[in-house]
Amino acid sequence: MSDAASAIAIEDLRFRWQPTRDWVLDIPRLAIARGESVFLAGPSGSGKTSLLSLITGIAQPTEGCVRILDTRIDHLRGAARDRFRADHFGIVFQLFNLLPYLSVLENVLLSCEFSAARAQRAARRSGTPAGEAVRLLGRLGLTDPQLHRRPATELSVGQQQRVAAARALIGSPPVIVADEPTSALDADLRTEFVTLLLQEVVEAGSALLFVSHDRQLAAAFDREVDLRRFAPAPTPP
Amino acid sequence: MSMLTLARKSVWNRRSTAALVVLSIALSVVLLLGVERLRTDARASFTDTLSGTDLIVGARGSAVNLLLYSVFRIGDATNNVSWRSYLALAARPEVAWTVPLSLGDSHRGFRVLGTEVSYFEHYRHAGGTPLRFAAGAVFDDVFDAVLGADVARRYGYTVGDTLTLAHGAGKASFAEHADKPFVVRGILAPTGTPVDRTVHVGLRGIEAIHADWFAGGPVPGLRLSAAEVRARALTPKSVTAVMVGLKSKTQLFNVQRAINEFSDEPLMAILPALTTQQLWDLLAVGEHVLLGVAALVVVCGLLAMMTALMTGLNERRREMAILRALGARYVQIFGLVLGEALLLTVAGIGLGLLLLQALLLLVLPLLNARVGLSIAGWPPSWHELTLLGAVLLAGFIAGLVPALRVYRYSLADGLTIKL
Repeated sequence: MSDAASAIAIEDLRFRWQPTRDWVLDIPRLAIARGESVFLAGPSGSGKTSLLSLITGIAQPTEGCVRILDTRIDHLRGAARDRFRADHFGIVFQLFNLLPYLSVLENVLLSCEFSAARAQRAARRSGTPAGEAVRLLGRLGLTDPQLHRRPATELSVGQQQRVAAARALIGSPPVIVADEPTSALDADLRTEFVTLLLQEVVEAGSALLFVSHDRQLAAAFDREVDLRRFAPAPTPP
Repeated sequence: MSMLTLARKSVWNRRSTAALVVLSIALSVVLLLGVERLRTDARASFTDTLSGTDLIVGARGSAVNLLLYSVFRIGDATNNVSWRSYLALAARPEVAWTVPLSLGDSHRGFRVLGTEVSYFEHYRHAGGTPLRFAAGAVFDDVFDAVLGADVARRYGYTVGDTLTLAHGAGKASFAEHADKPFVVRGILAPTGTPVDRTVHVGLRGIEAIHADWFAGGPVPGLRLSAAEVRARALTPKSVTAVMVGLKSKTQLFNVQRAINEFSDEPLMAILPALTTQQLWDLLAVGEHVLLGVAALVVVCGLLAMMTALMTGLNERRREMAILRALGARYVQIFGLVLGEALLLTVAGIGLGLLLLQALLLLVLPLLNARVGLSIAGWPPSWHELTLLGAVLLAGFIAGLVPALRVYRYSLADGLTIKL
């Protein structure tokens, strides 16, 4: 697999949050192809969150490089990195994905506020960004138009996670990053959510990096990567 | 939806806290501007106690003392101006008018001023406002009196009532001029000046009640009835002070010097506006303390805002992390918090101005009627706008602290949402 075909390509990456702290990650090489769905497994403390911060350009690698679609995100300057993230990433958190003071629809459209490119892509698909938001919410099982106007916090946790997925998917960003999005859901909802998410990711043609410690879900993905492979060697005392 | 809309909706989401913050800023602004306006207007009222009079002439002594007894009816003269000197002064070619003032008697704690009818024409206050009669007219007979507004209100006097004067300035006097009562001929409208607390009678009236007196007491065995006194010439031997108006202001310092060098008698001429200003400067400490306290209240209001913003931050870390993940720039996050602080401060200032205006509309007519104090309404002066600018700047600084804190959070939190 050449780097040109990669959605995410990591080389010789080493990372620690502060110079005095221990290394958190040591990844000689990790590549995720465009459109590929990858299940990233690892217990807590294995550096999952750090890796996601590095991939999305919120943190900078201490050594090595992170390439997203041929762009060295670690070489971009602050504001350019933020713009790059807005254009190329859809992100779903574990919990509390939504702004409580916005409606469901406004929450989904928030992605288009920070990225004109995504707003355009969404409009190309459904006429307007709002039309695309309604379409995605419908695909994820939230069809009731009255529900779209309600404050996000009035929804159940399962519904909130689907709204978050719609927000990540709108405007078809090339990379979707999901940080344990199912951990607050019960078993039935978990499988349903993952199935819906994968369907939409395939349709959008995005790569998906799905982080979870729930290995039962791994079978639904193209590939599984265990983060423990990249644990740095313990520093000698 | 712009960042501004986002900020607005975010504030609206926390509207009860925000409303309290706005209210506390508004109240502190009301206090600051209220004190400031009262301060400047009290000063203006004070310095406007006497206007249109170019010089006040009295026996040589302290300038402030002369002003105090002649205009503010506080304290006593150490010496008088002889009637001959008064006539010589009035005859000077530069002098347009003179009003003699004779003090030394009282009525139930209020000072009695002996003067001439021209006093009511030439006495001006608050930037040239003449005295106005609420009832009746100027005194005419020897035993007529014109009351200031406070005197009439305090004892419920109306035109036609009689009153007796007492010798000296005390409230309880043992030397009453009880045999020669005066009739209230007129009552003045409130002015907010010492005129309100003065009983005005003619110079001849003052002479009349002292016609059978000598050296501060009745002459034993000499009793003159009101009718007998009336028949006398009643020319005063001296007056306490003289208000002087000049034909031309350019003569001011020449005339002042001439009076100060008057050879027959040691006299002194003061510029009332200048001396009033000096007197106010003596009292200015209190006014500065007042403004200082008001400024401290504003600081408290802004501290309340800072506290509210800081307490809300932990809850809002999630909000910030979501926005960062969506591609919001640091500067936008920073602006969101700072913008909110500015929004609250501006709203507080706006509400404060409205409250103050409403308060003034309510209280002004009352103040004007009761104490004659006039406080300016709308619009705020430049000085007040500067003060408001300072409040806004302080709000900006108070907003910087939480904004910087949230900026640090968003650097440290990365993509996680710490709770």
